[in-house]
Amino acid sequence: MSALPRADELGLIGCHVCGLVCRDGHVHDQACPRCGARLHRRKSASASRTWAWLITAFIFYLPANLLPIMRTVSLGDVDDNTILSGVVELWVKGSPDLAVIVFTASIVVPMLKFLVLGTLLVSVQRRSLWAQRQRTMLYRLVEFIGYWSMLDVFVVALLTALVRFNVLSQVEPLPGVVYFGLTVVATMFASMSFDPRLIWDNRDNDD
Amino acid sequence: MGANTPPTTAGLLICEHCDTVYRRRPLSRGEVACCERCHNILERHARLGPDQLLALTFTAMVVFVQANIWPIVTLELNGRPSSATLWGTIVTMWQQHAEVVAVLAALTLFFFPMAKMLLFGWVFWFARRGERGPGFRSAMIVLHYLGPWTMSEVFVLGAMVAIVKARVYFQVVPDPGIFAYGALMLLITVFGTVDLRQLWDVTRERSR
Repeated sequence: MSALPRADELGLIGCHVCGLVCRDGHVHDQACPRCGARLHRRKSASASRTWAWLITAFIFYLPANLLPIMRTVSLGDVDDNTILSGVVELWVKGSPDLAVIVFTASIVVPMLKFLVLGTLLVSVQRRSLWAQRQRTMLYRLVEFIGYWSMLDVFVVALLTALVRFNVLSQVEPLPGVVYFGLTVVATMFASMSFDPRLIWDNRDNDD
Repeated sequence: MGANTPPTTAGLLICEHCDTVYRRRPLSRGEVACCERCHNILERHARLGPDQLLALTFTAMVVFVQANIWPIVTLELNGRPSSATLWGTIVTMWQQHAEVVAVLAALTLFFFPMAKMLLFGWVFWFARRGERGPGFRSAMIVLHYLGPWTMSEVFVLGAMVAIVKARVYFQVVPDPGIFAYGALMLLITVFGTVDLRQLWDVTRERSR
């Protein structure tokens, strides 16, 4: 592979809002001449901000899974569901394919985000040159799938609004769903504050 | 390679994911420019012009209104129907002390998508004549940050899951709202391929 020039080495900055290529003036608060957004060589304090959001997300993730997210009341019969028991119920009584989708969205995706972002952060901080392209692709995957985790939150909201037959049948949201919503938001902020260009910094040669 | 700076920055393109600099070249129909180093998509050929995008935005607005005022599904228990609209859902969550969820749903399913469509309409309206309307810069910056915070398509999947779950205990009748949401999902997929940044190239500041 021929040596591909990097913006940083050429003294250039790309505007993250409009994409204009600007000269790096080496001044604080340089603004893009075309759209006026502030230019950053790299996202500021990317690693520490990503760690902070990731840890926040993980703290919310525990009650999100341990506490029930939804209560079903039917003729005095009370049934509390956690995320996992909801998936099991969907598998048994509803349709297995949707159970797989919900399981992916609410269990696999958040776990994957913790693992991937954690790995990326550690490898960036250790200045690793390992699998740079694959790591960048993992980052894109995490960015792309992130917001689908909101699925279960919307399911609980819709069922609560729909199932309102007083004593006969009723659905109520429980605190788990609030923590789950917060987890999703925090993981989204985490992947936004991570700067994938850090994967490619700290290297001596090109390949 | 080296420290020699290129004479001009016009016609250059930087990969956002690995900071590699490329010379821009015009793309023909269906072409996609890909980063050689990290395989990120740098630029796509713009299939749709401002005229088509404006038409699509108007369509999306009409569908969005329908998706919001029509009920999404109706359940029946012993002949008693119960239906829910998006706003009914948001209000119920608030009343049930899940205020965080109510606010999240209101933002990602109503306010952000609405803001996105209105801003799209605004910038495409002027872009048809190759102009940047008043507030173009701010509109483009807001659109950039709104990016991943609209979740209508997740809501469609959520509605499907809710229907399947409810079908175990109730008779479920899908209402027009769910079809409007389905159409909205298709439109969002089309909008997802639009590279807004290209609007900066096809528009000029208005001459007064």
